[in-house]
Amino acid sequence: MIRAFTLLLAVFAAPLAAQETVVVDLSQNRVAITANYAGSEIFVFGAVKREAPLADDIAPLDVAIVVEGPLEHTTVRKKSKTLGIWVNDESVEFAEAPSFFTVASTGPLDEILTDGDRRDFAIGLDYVVRRQANEDPDIDMQAFSEAVTRIRVKNGLYSEREGIVNLTAETLFDASIQLPANLVEGDYTARIYLIRDRNIVADASVGIKVRKEGLERWLYNLAQEQALLYGLLSIFVALVAGYGASEIFRLLQRR
Amino acid sequence: MQIYLPIAEVSVNIFLLLGLGGLVGVLSGMFGVGGGFLMTPLLFMIGIPPAVAVATEANQIVASSFSGVLAHLKRKTVDIKMGIVLLIGGLVGATIGVWVFKYLKSIGQVELLVTISYVVFLGLIGSLMFVESLNAIRKSKKPGARPRKKRHNWIHGLPFKMRFRTSGLYISVIPPLLVGLSVGILAAIMGVGGGFIMVPAMIYLLGMPTKVVVGTSLFQIIFVTAFTTLSHATQTFTVDAVLAVILLTGGVIGAQIGARIGVKLKAEQLRILLAIMVLAMSFKLATDLLLMPSELYSIGAGDH
Repeated sequence: MIRAFTLLLAVFAAPLAAQETVVVDLSQNRVAITANYAGSEIFVFGAVKREAPLADDIAPLDVAIVVEGPLEHTTVRKKSKTLGIWVNDESVEFAEAPSFFTVASTGPLDEILTDGDRRDFAIGLDYVVRRQANEDPDIDMQAFSEAVTRIRVKNGLYSEREGIVNLTAETLFDASIQLPANLVEGDYTARIYLIRDRNIVADASVGIKVRKEGLERWLYNLAQEQALLYGLLSIFVALVAGYGASEIFRLLQRR
Repeated sequence: MQIYLPIAEVSVNIFLLLGLGGLVGVLSGMFGVGGGFLMTPLLFMIGIPPAVAVATEANQIVASSFSGVLAHLKRKTVDIKMGIVLLIGGLVGATIGVWVFKYLKSIGQVELLVTISYVVFLGLIGSLMFVESLNAIRKSKKPGARPRKKRHNWIHGLPFKMRFRTSGLYISVIPPLLVGLSVGILAAIMGVGGGFIMVPAMIYLLGMPTKVVVGTSLFQIIFVTAFTTLSHATQTFTVDAVLAVILLTGGVIGAQIGARIGVKLKAEQLRILLAIMVLAMSFKLATDLLLMPSELYSIGAGDH
């Protein structure tokens, strides 16, 4: 019954959705990771474009913004007690879990969106780890995906910040997204959803390039492309430093 | 002040790293241990990925042991001849060890075996050293008691005798070769320089004077860890040069200070301190195995 009702609503909402589109921009499309990188802030701002004036009885507008890092293959291991000691036992591989995930919204996610949409569009921490890899009926996959979220929330890599999107006159919105210091290189995306009456009426997405630069870039490339030279260089630096310290201390002791 | 590490891909406080490097460096210079068995878990704790921590740690130990060896060379407390004999055994052992490690990995649970061997070896060596040095301290307090003469045992009956002038020994090369070999195997399996096994083995099995042992152990460790650094750099790409440079800046300074503290301490005091440290580490690892961890799950690298 409820499903039929929402379906009916969706049909009615369809022409409405066509009337609104979202225009978004970011304060920066590139994040440069340099040696002194210690986290940064991205400002997301946008406006709602309308073809016709709003109906008087229309439901209020809500906005959800998801910023997501590159999807990675992730292995999770669980310890269990065997012969009195704790050892790694079961493991689960997730084909896709983002290295970074944050969602900002105008209100509580479970109130402004349906669970179905939240799952389909991965809006919210409970739907961030995609269950696609080795499905084993004997293993509690839910517990494993929750563990990924729990550990990454603790590390500051995953977050859910309800109510931090500012919405002005149902037209202009903005939010500041914090990127942590332990950011991984890659192509990030910012997805923006306009929501009315628990339905997504418009969406947009913008890419953010996160790249190492300067010394970081140079060292990373050297380590990958000229591994032997990099290794020898590392040992050489170690020997020089060891010798340097020894000499400095000898000079200090003479005085 | 934060610094972003290019290979580890995390941002950490530079002073925290300098402090850690310095602390482990002091221990390294004092006891002749590389400090890897202390530093690696500490790096895990501040959020460095385990693979990067292990590889980078090897590189840092190269620097602190080199700095330590130079300090010891000036005091003529390095038996280079003995060091080379140990090293020959060590490199053969390391090759065997890498092979054993690969085999264990293929049958699974290598991580568990490594931890158990840590607990067993650290516990055993720690307790032996503790009891022995406690007895030595008690004896030295009694007036008139003279140190025991060097024991003559089966080791002195073996062929291929060689004179190790710095250590004041005239023994067969077979025991040091075997010591080097077994330490090499263990070091490769456990992923450390092996100083904490090498030092007691030289004191108790070979009968070398404690003061010479530290410098000689460090001499040997330089080569083993340089070898490890190179193989990690070319095979696993997990050596973080920035992390290594910060750690070793602290480490080399610490090693110089440590070597000077070491000279001031009595041999048995030095041994009892090392014994306490080794026992504490063994106890910590044992509790990790026996107590229920606060987080049962862990996220690994996605390469399996």
